[in-house]
Amino acid sequence: MTERDDLKGVNERMRALLARTTHGRDDFEDLVIVPLFAVVVALICGALIMLATAVDLPTIGRSFVALAVGSVGSLSAWSETLTSAIPLVLAGLGLGLGFRAGLFNIGAEGQLLMGGLAAVMAGFALEGLPMVIHLPLTLLIGASVGAAYAAIAGILKATTGAHEVISTIMLNLISFELLNWLLRQPWVQREGRSDPISKSVPDTAALPKLLDFIDPNLRLHAGLFVMLVAVFIVWWLLFRSKLGFAFRASGENPSAANYAGMRAPLIIVLAMATAGALAGLAGANQITGVLGRASPGFSAGIGFDAIAVALLGRSHPVGILFAGILFGGLEAGGRQMQVDAGVSIDLISIIQALIIVFIAAPLLVRAIFPWGFRRPRNGKKGGAA
Amino acid sequence: MTFLSKISARTGLAAALLAGSVMTASAFTACQVTDVGGIDDASFNQTAWKGVQDAMAAHDEVEGRFLESQAETDYDSNLNSLIQAGCDVIITVGFLMGDATKSAAESNPDQKFSIVDFAYDPTIPNVLGQVYATDQGAFLAGYLAAGMSETGVLGTFGGINIPPVTAFMDGFVHGVNYYNSEKGTDVQVLGWNPESREGLFTGNFDSLDDGRAFAQNLYDEGADIVMPVAGPVGLGSATLAAEIGTDELKIIGVDADQTQTDPENADVYLTSVLKRMDSTVTQVIEMAMEGSFEGGLIVGTLENEGVGLAGYGAFEDSVPDELRAEIEAVKAGIIDGSIEVGM
Repeated sequence: MTERDDLKGVNERMRALLARTTHGRDDFEDLVIVPLFAVVVALICGALIMLATAVDLPTIGRSFVALAVGSVGSLSAWSETLTSAIPLVLAGLGLGLGFRAGLFNIGAEGQLLMGGLAAVMAGFALEGLPMVIHLPLTLLIGASVGAAYAAIAGILKATTGAHEVISTIMLNLISFELLNWLLRQPWVQREGRSDPISKSVPDTAALPKLLDFIDPNLRLHAGLFVMLVAVFIVWWLLFRSKLGFAFRASGENPSAANYAGMRAPLIIVLAMATAGALAGLAGANQITGVLGRASPGFSAGIGFDAIAVALLGRSHPVGILFAGILFGGLEAGGRQMQVDAGVSIDLISIIQALIIVFIAAPLLVRAIFPWGFRRPRNGKKGGAA
Repeated sequence: MTFLSKISARTGLAAALLAGSVMTASAFTACQVTDVGGIDDASFNQTAWKGVQDAMAAHDEVEGRFLESQAETDYDSNLNSLIQAGCDVIITVGFLMGDATKSAAESNPDQKFSIVDFAYDPTIPNVLGQVYATDQGAFLAGYLAAGMSETGVLGTFGGINIPPVTAFMDGFVHGVNYYNSEKGTDVQVLGWNPESREGLFTGNFDSLDDGRAFAQNLYDEGADIVMPVAGPVGLGSATLAAEIGTDELKIIGVDADQTQTDPENADVYLTSVLKRMDSTVTQVIEMAMEGSFEGGLIVGTLENEGVGLAGYGAFEDSVPDELRAEIEAVKAGIIDGSIEVGM
């Protein structure tokens, strides 16, 4: 009898120990349930805000119907949702990778601008190349310039300890002004225009439209595949490669990583550069797939929205993919909402911001929705989030 | 052909899917894509939207919808949304939307488009451009400002260096120069050089802070009347003028009569250079309803009252009668061609 009880006790303790080392249910709760509830709460808050701004109930109903229809309700809605999602996912992957490595990179916007700018220049400067070379080269140049630009912040941190939050914000500002200046240079500016706008990217450097044989208004382009490949590569890099292990190790515990023989400065620079490459690719993708030219502010805040996407996706490549599609859907649906129900598109930004607030406060979400989460047992798991 | 069948023939599958949620009893839908700055910018976008509202008020069957652009990258997607929504006429507001409107018009040849502030050359059969000789109106404002200035220094700044903005600034400077040549004075304009095509630009159409800072800089340089040409950015300049007092700094509004659209600071506006986008937008909607719509160009001038000067607002009593008469004379001169604006 007693022996059995002992055995049972040992087993239980073993299980508890195992639960601490492997991430099972907790991970699932953190990765899936918290974000899901965060989205729900944010949508409800959005409805409350509409009520508070004197929008009547039928209109609120219509606006949510429009939000759904405009994001997933038709082929064209899916096309718009995915088109908006592509750059968010690409830049979000880079940011998520940085977060895993313990780097809070605010500079995706600037890296995206620099990548896009490089892509537009490569696009029109290398005109005449066949598409099989021109397009990949253009994307590659965009990614490389984004990587180089982000590496500046990495090198500053590795050599001088300058904090990446500050240096990437400053690099963002520099890139905005650099863009404005470059767009006025005669070798970039479009002929016959006095406003800052670049020459157009020739067709050989443009990502082909995927669905224009159905309807020329469908904008979805081959960047979709770039995005999916990037999700896979980042997943492999983070969870299957030695470098990714080093990224994660130095993110979790820099001193331990250092003592384990990982070279912290090199890892910081490499992580920043990879993040920058993905943001640069996002910019190049916008230029070659959607815009076809650069104009002031063509980044349109994607680099900042991508921070939210990376947080919502819990810095996991697959999570970021879904978070990006959600944000893309909110954008596409938000337009429909304004057209159909006349509700300001600004509401979408509020909902996006609320999602992040709830993501950042998982305990709050757990408190609002006690069901759906495993109860903390014996108080041991309290605050595990 | 009924409206519904026209729609489904036009946009096929997507429209058919959307038809249920979008279609209402209205017989005519006029849609508008605003430029960045928002529909309530008290100036550019708001005036264009007023045109749709006027059409709605005048004709029961007209229903208006709008979509605000939050960034330049939204133009294509916004146009797409409206094409899917089955609008009878889509009005795009702003020069920067020129490329997006062109490509949308070319891929949807049966959809009627109209664009404010852009003239296509050659014209596109399904796009009607609306442009304005705002330099004529601004010329009068320049003449007025030169006559009212006490410091002999005036200021102006723009949003982005594009023709619809700089047309105001050109006219303003030329009006001041005309005043100088007539009166032998030496009133200066800071912020724009019509020869080198360079001047002060905020680089955006939405930062009220920039509007305040730019007006402050011009005021520090001695300007006592400032004309901001940047949509809602000018509201920031108006706030500054209200704080330091209109004896020190007056503002000239643009696009709409800003004493009406910005009632909080109505008393800082010496006058406004009107760009009657509302009347041309209404006109376009009516043309599309009657079936007389065709691609081409509508030009608003002083003569057809497409541009002009608003009243003198709070300064009604302080503008000398002599100056008023001169402005009327200059206006007549521009209309009959005896005064050339671009000199």
